[in-house]
Amino acid sequence: MDKVKLTIDNKQIEVEKGTTIYQAAKKLDIEIPVLCYMNLEDLGIENKPGGCRICVVEVEGRNNLAPSCSTEVWEGMVVHTHTMRVINARRTVMEFILSDHPKDCLTCAKSGNCELQDMAVKLGIREIPGQEYAEMSEYKVDFSPSIIRDLDKCIMCRRCEMMCNEFQTVGALSAFHRGFEAAVGPAFEMDLEHSPCTYCGQCVAVCPTGALTEKDHTRDVINALSDPTKKVIVQTAPAVRAALGEEFGMEPGTSVTGQMVSALRRLGFDYVFDTDFAADLTIMEEGTELLDRLTKHLNGDKEVKLPILTSCCPAWVQFFEHNFPEMKDVPSSARSPQQMFGAIAKTYFADKISVKREDLVVVSIMPCLAKKYEAQRDEFKLDGNPDVDFSISTRELAHLIKEANLDLNTLPVEDFDKPLGESSGAGVIFGATGGVIEAATRTAYEIHTNKKLEKLDFEELRGLDGIRSATIDFDGTPINIGIAHGLGNARKLLEDIKAGKSQFHAIEIMSCPGGCIGGGGQPIHHGDSSILKARTKAIYAEDAGKPIRKSHENPYIIKLYEEFLGKPMSEKAHHLLHTAYFDKSKKIEIS
Amino acid sequence: MHLLVCGGTGCRAAESDAIVTNLQQELEKNGLQDQVQVVMTGCFGFCEKGPIVKVSPDNTFYTQVKPEDAAEIVAEHVVKGRQVNRLLYKDPEKKETVSDSKHMDFYKKQIRIALRNCGFIDPENLDEYIARDGYMALGRCLTELKPQDVINEIKESGLRGRGGGGFPTGIKWEIAAKNDADQKYVVCNADEGDPGAFMDRSILEGDPHAVLEAMAICGYSTNATKGLIYIRAEYPLAIKRLKIAIDQAREYGLLGKNIFGTDFEFDIELRYGAGAFVCGEETSLIHSMEGLRGEPTIKPPYPAESGYLGKPTNVNNVETYANIPVIINKGANWFNKIGTEKSKGTKVFALAGKINNVGLIEVPMGTTLREVIFEIGGGIKDGKKFKAVQTGGPSGGCLTEEHLDTPIDFDNLVQAGSMMGSGGMIVMDEDDCMVSMAKFYLDFTVEESCGKCSPCRIGNKRLYELLDRITQGKGEMEDLQRLRNMSQVIKDTSLCGLGQTSPNPVLSTLDNFYDEYVAHVTDKKCPAGQCKDLMTYTIIEENCVGCTACARVCPVGAISGEKKQVHNIDPEICIKCGACIERCKFDAIIVK
Repeated sequence: MDKVKLTIDNKQIEVEKGTTIYQAAKKLDIEIPVLCYMNLEDLGIENKPGGCRICVVEVEGRNNLAPSCSTEVWEGMVVHTHTMRVINARRTVMEFILSDHPKDCLTCAKSGNCELQDMAVKLGIREIPGQEYAEMSEYKVDFSPSIIRDLDKCIMCRRCEMMCNEFQTVGALSAFHRGFEAAVGPAFEMDLEHSPCTYCGQCVAVCPTGALTEKDHTRDVINALSDPTKKVIVQTAPAVRAALGEEFGMEPGTSVTGQMVSALRRLGFDYVFDTDFAADLTIMEEGTELLDRLTKHLNGDKEVKLPILTSCCPAWVQFFEHNFPEMKDVPSSARSPQQMFGAIAKTYFADKISVKREDLVVVSIMPCLAKKYEAQRDEFKLDGNPDVDFSISTRELAHLIKEANLDLNTLPVEDFDKPLGESSGAGVIFGATGGVIEAATRTAYEIHTNKKLEKLDFEELRGLDGIRSATIDFDGTPINIGIAHGLGNARKLLEDIKAGKSQFHAIEIMSCPGGCIGGGGQPIHHGDSSILKARTKAIYAEDAGKPIRKSHENPYIIKLYEEFLGKPMSEKAHHLLHTAYFDKSKKIEIS
Repeated sequence: MHLLVCGGTGCRAAESDAIVTNLQQELEKNGLQDQVQVVMTGCFGFCEKGPIVKVSPDNTFYTQVKPEDAAEIVAEHVVKGRQVNRLLYKDPEKKETVSDSKHMDFYKKQIRIALRNCGFIDPENLDEYIARDGYMALGRCLTELKPQDVINEIKESGLRGRGGGGFPTGIKWEIAAKNDADQKYVVCNADEGDPGAFMDRSILEGDPHAVLEAMAICGYSTNATKGLIYIRAEYPLAIKRLKIAIDQAREYGLLGKNIFGTDFEFDIELRYGAGAFVCGEETSLIHSMEGLRGEPTIKPPYPAESGYLGKPTNVNNVETYANIPVIINKGANWFNKIGTEKSKGTKVFALAGKINNVGLIEVPMGTTLREVIFEIGGGIKDGKKFKAVQTGGPSGGCLTEEHLDTPIDFDNLVQAGSMMGSGGMIVMDEDDCMVSMAKFYLDFTVEESCGKCSPCRIGNKRLYELLDRITQGKGEMEDLQRLRNMSQVIKDTSLCGLGQTSPNPVLSTLDNFYDEYVAHVTDKKCPAGQCKDLMTYTIIEENCVGCTACARVCPVGAISGEKKQVHNIDPEICIKCGACIERCKFDAIIVK
């Protein structure tokens, strides 16, 4: 690689050709403020439209200021990052941006965690000249089941657009209108609900301001917990425990399972359960379905649909319902762990504690925003009563815990309640990309071969590459496994299947970068991909520390089948734990 | 004999179509249809006096012709050989009629290279183009010159991009030529968007083949086989003529495979723009052609490296291309003798505003503003005083009396605080308020900003708001400093040429007409009497006879007074519509 020598703020440095001024300055520990720029390095996700113009610097010999995030260095370049000309420009541009931004920080979901707010502080903005007569752009607020778009707060950083189009290839968001009226949203200004949006929430995960936020359900949860006539139970998804600590100042990658349980108990939940239990249940159903299809396939059945695709991720389900409806019989019919939990809670468990369905409130804590939408899908309701009443994100839970004056740092470690709180390590790794298929492999291998697995860690299935594959030897039968995270990567695998080119027997698909640990409901990573890596590590560490690491060995799962379900894919299991998919390809409406 | 009728958009709007039809009918009546040909040409440039009918070969130049004049032209001029005097141009100074356009001040100082065929040939007839050396340059390039020879010739000619930037064309071609790729593109930027500018439109309407030929030459030089013309859909006539021209060129084998019997292949397609000003910026233009949102991306990479569909692409403006065949035919050394040291050749300008001869002109680089405005342009309308001229459209600045003797070229205009731009020239007189003028241009840029970068998206809006307040008398002295700072930051930080130049009208008026700003701010007066909010209508007692005419015409009942008594205007009610002044026969109402 060619090297380039340059000078930044009188310091010399040699970097690779193609490096930007911003990157080179970073190497010299010179901090140039950036706003629209975002780089999730390990995932190859970069946003640098050069639009906000906060990161401008002076380059000798150049007439105007250069955006450091997107200007490549050249030999002999001399850069000044903080001259008065630059400082004046940054501050003036920031005043422009703020002059068209609402000042309702008091009630904004992003307050305290807002990159724009931080930048205003950093650039010393104390007043906005001319604000009293400055017109502000105004848009209608869009409330979808998962995501709220308040475009008055959009600063046109285009991160959401990049995630939605380039990474997810969903294409729900793009810039519309021009000039002062320009903002980002679905085509024809339709609502998200009528767009091909999957509610993956990656737009929310990267939004620097309060323009894109989750639909908040904490008020509903408080209401339920305050209602003496209700029994309120909670389930927590695997990825939550690996990230919740960040909201309490802990190092990324700190697992806080036990503290989270005690916080939930102190918030007043009657039973604190674990979605991991339902993850084990998912493996029983999905694994059985895989083996069933596989056996038929190995016996020469040409009709059987392979590869089987996982169906735990609700955004992924939305994605294929919108984009690949002709393949809706390919994914597993197994419901997601959240919905399996809800279905079992409102039948099996409700009976156990003798509470009527309508008096039992099921709350889920999810790293995900699509789960909010999933919880209110009609298929998952009985007479209008949903299996899962409210789904709140990791961020919303953190707010609730703080609001109750609880601190994870000082709370004791407690255990989940029984019976729906017990889980295996296989359930835990659902939180990371590759985890579901690894969990399924552990169980399917043992059932298929009747042999005990010697090594439970399938390193070949782990990692952060967007598309991964591995062949696992099922005692002489090679099973080809594919993994994709990010819907753009999923699309590639699906196109292969459609074209009959896929060699895989099973594919795991997760919508979010890194899997659920990078979900749209997790603490905001602000473009730091090392956080996602640390969370992944925490997930696998939790698995390694579990006494039981295979779903089919979870004693409460065994008991559930004995007492209630019979066997996997039984009629009852089918009724409660499986679902059907719908063609949504023509559902784009222009209102 | 030929009767050349202007078929430019302006003259067609004044029924030049009907003139053609009537002339043909009259010729038929007289049995002359075989001897005399009626040809609809491109723009003659003298739009002020259109529609134009020119008789060839005697060069009689009829102005402001109406369809009903056809009979007289045929009966008198064609049949009897007598000029129709009342349709000839009258020199406003000497009060004499001038029949030959060569002797008209409007044409005397012009050298028409890019416009060479406009007004001479039928743009819908390829044979007429060929008759004027059309496609000779392409033939010469393909059969006698190597691609690098062509590039060298263009480089030596000193031709610089006429779209506004003034980048040396030959060097641009050379970069595109040097970037290897399996497919390269030649793009013609016909997204003319400056208010009041119609240079490109007139060339495409009047001489479409010149552009096609030049694009093919560029394709040959840069090893590109595909050409694309990005043209605004609001130019239907130019589009129609381009389509005809492309079809004809294909039919004659001048586009397509094996052009001039060589193995050179080149074809051209049209791409329509929706009229966004920012799409004149080359990266935006390319994105728009790709079906993406018309907004710029950071350069590098330049289009010559990675352009349309990621392939090396050469983008030039219409007028730049129109110069190419002439340079090849007459040689770089002929071309580079015209113009100034660093700006060679000619430049087409669209004269508009308070000038007597509104129209399209082409003058050698180095012509002074005074020559353009007072000789070619015939001076200021209604004998008013010249105040300023805005060059370069919304991206340019205004130049004043002191700049009148500056020779016009790329560098001088920048030095004077404006820019060449694509060639719009809007002349302002003493009645024009310079703050309002700056506001007008900002209104345009606010509308046309794509919204991608914050300084252009929001900053221009704030500039506009501040200017608006000043014209309403709400400005304060510190606002002038803010205007200047915001302008400088917007220029300094914007992503593309639009934002980098949009504050120019503000800065140049601040520089040249600071007192006028101060008058708005401190005296709350508009010296030009244009800003409504700063005007008061009052009745001069001595002149008022109490005729009540003003009171009767006032739409809001702001004027009171008894018959034959002095009237009075209530400034609180008055909406400053000016109806009373128009009605008053006694000059009894004044605006202050």
